[in-house]
Formats: sequence, structure tokens, C-alpha cells
Amino acid sequence: MTEILLIGMNHKTAPVALRECIALTGGVQAEALKSLARRPEVSEVMVISTCNRVEVLLVTDESDRAADAVRQFLAAESRAPDADLAAALYELRGGEAVRHVFRVASSLDSMMLGEPQVLGQIKEAYRLATRQKSTGVVLNRLLHRSFFVAKRVRSETGIGDHAVSISYAAIELGRKIFGSLEGKKVLLIGAGEMAELAVEHLIRNRVGQVQVANRTFERGLALAERLRGRALRFEEVSEALGEADIIISSTGASEFVVTRDHVRSVMRRRKNRPLFFIDIAVPRDIDPEINRLTNAYVYDIDDLKEIIEENIEDRQREAIRGERIVDEAVIRFRQWQESLDVVPTIVALRRKLEGIVNEELNRTLGGLDSRSEAERAAFEKMTHALVNKMLHDPTVFLKGDGCHGDRSVYLDVTRKLFKLDE
Amino acid sequence: MQLLMVTTTVLYLLSTVGYFLYLFLQREYLHRAGTALLLTGLVLHSAGLLMETIAVGHLPVKNLSETLSLVGWALAGVFLLVQSKFRIKVLGIYAAPLAALVMVFASQLPRETAADASLFASAWFVLHILSVFIGEAALALAGGVGLLYLIQERAIKTKKRGFFFRRLPSLDLLDTAGYACLVIGFTLLTVGLATGFVYAKAIWGRFWSWDPKEVWSGITWLLYAVLLHERLTVGWRGRRAAIMAIVGVGVLLFTFFGVNFLFKGHHVRFTQW
Repeated sequence: MTEILLIGMNHKTAPVALRECIALTGGVQAEALKSLARRPEVSEVMVISTCNRVEVLLVTDESDRAADAVRQFLAAESRAPDADLAAALYELRGGEAVRHVFRVASSLDSMMLGEPQVLGQIKEAYRLATRQKSTGVVLNRLLHRSFFVAKRVRSETGIGDHAVSISYAAIELGRKIFGSLEGKKVLLIGAGEMAELAVEHLIRNRVGQVQVANRTFERGLALAERLRGRALRFEEVSEALGEADIIISSTGASEFVVTRDHVRSVMRRRKNRPLFFIDIAVPRDIDPEINRLTNAYVYDIDDLKEIIEENIEDRQREAIRGERIVDEAVIRFRQWQESLDVVPTIVALRRKLEGIVNEELNRTLGGLDSRSEAERAAFEKMTHALVNKMLHDPTVFLKGDGCHGDRSVYLDVTRKLFKLDE
Repeated sequence: MQLLMVTTTVLYLLSTVGYFLYLFLQREYLHRAGTALLLTGLVLHSAGLLMETIAVGHLPVKNLSETLSLVGWALAGVFLLVQSKFRIKVLGIYAAPLAALVMVFASQLPRETAADASLFASAWFVLHILSVFIGEAALALAGGVGLLYLIQERAIKTKKRGFFFRRLPSLDLLDTAGYACLVIGFTLLTVGLATGFVYAKAIWGRFWSWDPKEVWSGITWLLYAVLLHERLTVGWRGRRAAIMAIVGVGVLLFTFFGVNFLFKGHHVRFTQW
């Protein structure tokens, strides 16, 4: 009996120390595919390997033997103790495996719910497997369905909505203040790593000029070069407030770098154009009192973290709707898979031919003037025999050993040739 | 005619329902439905007004019922223009019910003619009425946009991003849209007042007669003039501009209704009931 089997581990079952022992990436992945595909009990196979998971997905007629083979293979590939590995591995079969693939592709199984990268990684793994010709009818269908499901989950639920990182949260807020960030001037005070990351995100959103003010001018200069901006001396900060729109601050200063009076004095010069402060320093650089001034908005690191937590909760709520879409797809996939069995295919084929024959028979008999019951019975007998004879060889072929190895290919072709799925 | 107006009112009400459903459910088709209903209502409304104008030979503003109807028409029209330009999708929850409410009131009021029809037969009069009404509709919308601005600003300031935060556009867009409404409204109001003076001169022989409506219109005009001036010179934008726009709507409402009920004067007749 052909079955889909999935064996692997992810961030929930295995710590990173274990996951990195077995990362099947690049050339290793291709090799792994080759050696797995060579095994006689494996008819289709692909390997998904990301930083959060290593999974082997395969189609087999002998599940137990294939499972053992995969476990042995993973043990051989890994540098970790066998017992640890065995404890971390999960094994899913049939519908459960299908559901798992759909959930992984839709990012419902990700460490960061709704993150978009995993779909790309699965597509890449699938591309590699098709290049190695290690997939067949079942995996092809499964993967294409999973891309479809992932797309549906993304577009029909809010699972990918709203920022879940500090930089994105800041950008989302910026958009609610400025509309478009295009052309907005950015002032970076201090040179922390997180601040730099945030500025890079802003640049990707096509902000205008970037200015960097750092206590050590030299470091500021280096950073400004990296960000293709302009370096300022630290004393120029209050002057620069007159021009900047978005200020990101992350100095190690123990006192406020920008005070309420600073901002109040530049506001008039700015003609009250809004100022958005993102304070990611601890202790804080930006006087929180500035938030009370009109057209000035201050968000510190805790505010941003709170937003992220809220957004994660939202994503979790949306994930429930995503699971429903997955459930639906799992049922559909099972129906398709069941149709790939020999008996339903032959039944469907027979029904189709009989339908055609009966229709034509009725038409012909209807056109004849003289006909007796006996004549009619004879015609019916003849057509029935025709169908039987025509179907004999295909039936024997599909039921017997004519299909070398992969019966599902021929079943699939049969269904397509005769349009049995409609 | 009556049927046309009833249909219009019903369409405005349905549009209100559409916009409110959109606010809660955030489905794009609801927004489109709200807009389509309002637009259909506006077309019928325009047809009704046009027919009435042709039938009686002048703009139908003889009583409060008719003036209110014209207010509803101006609101719906200006709102649709603003929406097509600025795409503030939730503004419909302000404009559509306002237009609908005005129409419901209009339909409940008696329709006897109070004013002397001979006053209406002048191009100056038509210009005066249309620019004042459309201008005031734009200013009313500026108030609505201001309200949305205050809601959104509060959400960002208090860092409590609730129901409206996600549904409202950026502060910048709200501010720009409010400003645009203000400029259009103020310009038309100015034109309306100026043509009013000319018209007054033509029939009463004087530009200004200390009629309460004239006085309050002057006050309204001054208020908006100050607001615009401050914006252009020192950048009165954002919160303060929004609050002023809302205050402006209050004064506007008083000028439109309050003056008629509390004082007497030559404008009263047009809004008698």
C-alpha cells in the first residue's frame, strides 16, 4: 500500500545543537537525496532542511522498512549520539504527514509564526528534488498543493500581517505617521547594531538622506559610509533635529541626549512637521516627555516590544483560521490520493465508457423505426461485451505487475487521459 | 419627485450601512458597495434637484426642507470627490450618515414655500447658494477628517493601538486631506460671501446689512481665515489644525441653524419651517 511518510525534527523537538549536527544543505542535500532515492523501498523522496528543521519526505510501499532506512541514514549523517537523535525525530504517516507539509509550507509550524521564508526554502528543496528526478506523481501533487495552501493561508488570513521585529514595528509606526517613508530624512544617534539594522530597513523603504552622529566621530564616519549617509559631529544633533524626520537613537549615554526643550525649540523652525523618535537605547536617550509635544512621537524599546507581542498574539489568532484552510486541503488531498487506487480508477473508467456507449445506443435505437425487445436486448449485450473487451487489457495492466514500480504514475495518466476527475 | 427623494434617502442610508459594515469587517467589497450606493443616490438626487429647478424656475431653496436637501447633496458630492482623491476609506462612516440624516430631516419637514420666489431669479443667487453650500460641505468634511486625525493621533501618542489604529490611514494623509478640504471649503465660502454681497447690493441696495446670518458667516469666514493663515505661516498642522476644523464645524452649524432659530433676519425665510 503506497503511503506518504515524513521523518524529521524541528525547533520544537530538537535544540539547535542537535539540529546543526545534521544540517543537510547545499551539496550534502543533493547527495542525501541520491542515496535515499536509490533505496528500493523508496519510490519518491525529498529533503527539507532549514535552520529550524530537517525533514525527509517520501512515498513508499513499505512504510516500516523505509522508516528504518531513513532513521539509519540520518544517524549516519549526524554527528550527534544516536539516542539524542532518536528522541528528537518524529514520524508521521499518511494524512498526518500531508497535514504537516501543508502546515510547514504555510508557516504554521514555524518558530516565528507566519514568517515568509520557509515557503521559499521548501520550493528550493522541491526544485532540487525535481532536478534529481526523485519526486513522482504523489510528491509533485503534494508540493504543488502545499504551495497553493500556503498562498491561501497568507492571503486569506492575517498571519503575515503586522511587524514582529523591532525594525519592522518601527517602520509600521512610521508609516502611520508619515504615510510613505519615501524621502524622509533619518538621523541616527549612536552606532548600535540594532539601530544600524533599523536604518537599513528604513533605507529599503526608500528614505531620503541618512545622517549619523556619534560621540567618536571616526566611528560615525565609518558607519555613515556603510549606510551611504553623512556623518555629523555629536554636538550637531540639536541642529540636525531641525531637518530630520525620523530619529533613531542608541547611544550608551546615561542621560537624555535629546531633551524636551531641544525639540520644543526646533518645532517652530520645522513648521511643526512631525518628528518620530525611535529610542532603542537602555538607559533611554530620548526624553519621554517629548511625546507630549504636538507632532512629536517617541517610542522606546519597551513600546516597540509591546507592539511586537500584540502582533504575535494576532498572528496566533489568525493561525487558527490558517489551520482550517489546511484541514480542508488535507481532506481534498486524501480524496485525490484515494482516487489513485486501482479499483476506483477502473470503476470510474468503466462508468465513463458505459455512459458513452449507452448514450450512443439510445440515440441509435431511437432513430430506428422497427425494433423489438429482443433486438434491443441483443444490441445491449453487444455493447456491453465491447466495453468489457476494451477494458480487459488496461484493467489487467493496472491491477497486475505491468506497472514497474510506480503504479500511481499510470493511474494518474489514466485519470488524465480519460478525464476521470471531472 | 417625492419618490426620487425618498429613494435617494434610502440609498444614502444603505450606503451608511455599507460603510459601517466595512469599518467592522474590513471587506473591500463592502467599501465599494457603500461608495456605489452613495454615488447612485447622488445621481438620483442631482436629477431630482434639476427637475425641481426646471419645474419652478429657480434653485429649490425656499424652505428648510429644500435647503437641507441641498446640504445633503453637497455633502455626498464633496465626500465622493474627496474619497476618490485621498482614499480615506473610513471617512464614509462620517459623511454617509451625515448626508442620510440631513435627508431624513428634510423629508420630515413641511414643504410649504415661505420665501418670495422673485428673490431667486438671479445668476448671482445661484452662484451664492451653490458655492456656500458646497463650500460648507467641504468644511464639514474637514471637521470629520479632523476627528479621525485626533483619534489616530491619540492612538499613536498613547501607544494603545486599538480598533481604529489599523483602520485609519496615516496622520500625514489625514492632515493633507483635511487641509485640502479646508482650502476648497474656504475658497468656495469666500466666493459665496462675495456673490452674496453683490446680490444683496442688487436687490437691497447695500452690501452688508448686519443680518445675523451675515454676521455669523463673517465670523465663520474669519475663523477659517485665521486657521489657514496660521498653517501657512507657522505651520499650524496636525492636532491643533484638527481641533480648529472641528470647532469650525460647530460654528458652521450654528450659523446654519442656530442663527435662524435664535435671531431674525432676511435669511430666516429660506429656512423657515
